[in-house]
Amino acid sequence: MIEWLVEELLAKYNYWVSIILILIGFYAMIAKDNLIKKIIGLNIFQTAIFLFYISLADIGPLPKGTAPIVSEEMIHMGYVYVNPLPHVLILTAIVVAVAVTAVALALVIRLYEEYGTIEESEIIELERQRGM
Amino acid sequence: MLSPVEQFPVLIIAISLLSAFTILVAGLVNKKSCCFISIATILLQFVMSIVILDHVLTVGTIHYWLGGWKPPWGIEYLVDALNAYVLVIVLFIALICAIYSKRSIEHELPHKLVSFYTVFQLLITGMCGVTVTGDIFNMYVFLEIMCIAGYALIASSKIGLKAGFTYLVMGSIGACFVLLGIGFLYSVTGSLNMHDLSLLLPPLYGNRVVQAAFVFFFTGLGIKMAFFPLHTWQPDAYAYAPSAVSVIIAAAMSKVSIYAFIRVLFSVYTVEFIQIYAPLTTVISWLAAIAIIFGSVYALAQYNLKRMFAYSSVAHVGYIMLAVGICTSTTLGLTPAVMHLLNHAVMKGCLFLIAGAFIYKKAELWDIMKFPGLGRKMPYTGIAFIFTALAMCDIPPSAGFVTILYLILAFLEAGQFIFAAVILFSVIVTFCYFFHVVEMMYLRVGVEEEIEKERGEIPMSMLIPVLVLAALSWIVGVIWLMKIPFPILDAVNSMFGLGVVP
Repeated sequence: MIEWLVEELLAKYNYWVSIILILIGFYAMIAKDNLIKKIIGLNIFQTAIFLFYISLADIGPLPKGTAPIVSEEMIHMGYVYVNPLPHVLILTAIVVAVAVTAVALALVIRLYEEYGTIEESEIIELERQRGM
Repeated sequence: MLSPVEQFPVLIIAISLLSAFTILVAGLVNKKSCCFISIATILLQFVMSIVILDHVLTVGTIHYWLGGWKPPWGIEYLVDALNAYVLVIVLFIALICAIYSKRSIEHELPHKLVSFYTVFQLLITGMCGVTVTGDIFNMYVFLEIMCIAGYALIASSKIGLKAGFTYLVMGSIGACFVLLGIGFLYSVTGSLNMHDLSLLLPPLYGNRVVQAAFVFFFTGLGIKMAFFPLHTWQPDAYAYAPSAVSVIIAAAMSKVSIYAFIRVLFSVYTVEFIQIYAPLTTVISWLAAIAIIFGSVYALAQYNLKRMFAYSSVAHVGYIMLAVGICTSTTLGLTPAVMHLLNHAVMKGCLFLIAGAFIYKKAELWDIMKFPGLGRKMPYTGIAFIFTALAMCDIPPSAGFVTILYLILAFLEAGQFIFAAVILFSVIVTFCYFFHVVEMMYLRVGVEEEIEKERGEIPMSMLIPVLVLAALSWIVGVIWLMKIPFPILDAVNSMFGLGVVP
């Protein structure tokens, strides 16, 4: 039992955390009525995926990997490097996430100007009254 | 040394991106110039795409390594018959839409010309990017460029705000799933190049991670292409977007998402994977069959013209996915699916152009109930509508008919008679809802004085795209029946190892 705990939970705890965060974000995007909370949910979802990618770059508990700046000397001293590619990918994905968030917030501002509320159910109600 | 044509894939994207920011700067000086810069760019891209298609068919697949880094380390742009074909469709629709948007957008969004064309050009950049890339993470990035531009464009009209936001939330969930799927594949293979992945994956097909990744791709891209039951954002988005935007997202953007799915299904995973997990194609086929019935029946119930076309699009995405689902069990392979990519783009593009023309004429003409006498008020647009509607109802030898013909041939060969019945049902329902519109336009007589007063066509720059696409919806059908573009289909089928029944 303890062995299972160590192997499945503790050794992979960053993956577990990222899955839990994904589910929290996903829940917020689906269930929350407030549009800003939906966007927060989206950000949690995206950040959780970033965490998942960054976890992939890790090479294991021991030996700890260091920054991937390759030099003969450091290899000689027995340093190992983490995989730099997931970091680079996530740098791109962060830019995408920022763009989505910016567009989403801009839309919420426009929606607020148009309907005077940021509750989704109230907006739907107002749309229905306008006969759309 | 690369020949000039082999550098076109990257140039198509670079030109488009450069043009987006040129428009932004040029807009400061002269707002009217934006549209012309956009049209000129797209025309150049369109010519390039035709040259690429010709090169791919005569010489062979184009490989372009960005920065000279060899795959799988660098990003590779890979253009084969399928990409080149989709690229031509996308850029043709974009060209038509850009010409049409000149007057349409001046009418609908007079204060946002500069930002509209900037984002429009970014949307085209994204669509071209998804199409030409051979790197799966690069595909995700372009998919997001395309979709973010799409969210902004849909929400640019006041009534489209809510639809745009819903699409943003759902589309982002889809994008996150795709990203997660890519992460899963990367974690087991350590590669992001599609061709390299297809070589590394086969020994891992039994791996749960690989299977989970496929489910993420299917769900994520399913949202992007509005595949039943993930289509819920789509009718509102198509109906409330500005007219020119409806055209490009309905005709081109959904095709690009479907292309991305076909690419992932056959180039990253392979036919082998589909055959090991045979229920996969059954699931796709049945979902597609439900999509066809659902889309057709819901279209029947709409009185908002653009919403009707949107539900009809749900059904037509079903057609394409049904063809994808059936492709491993017939000798026709992907033929009907690839065919319908073009046919649906032309027909649905034309219908949305016409819906936009009605709204341009009078803002309340989104409602079918206000249509009496319209056929006499706008004779040319009316005729174009009738011709496209007949093509949608699959009258031979229209583009719609060719799709139906090959789909039914495929079903008969595979012994799936129930799907043939579903298709025939959809054809009948399609006829019903188009007949309803035509009836309102021509058979119900409107107020005579009003017809005389309001007689008048839309401007030439809008009418010509409408007439061109209406004519094409029949010409394309004839061209398919004469089997002129069949080398493309054969190349696609042989590339994916389809068309051979085991």
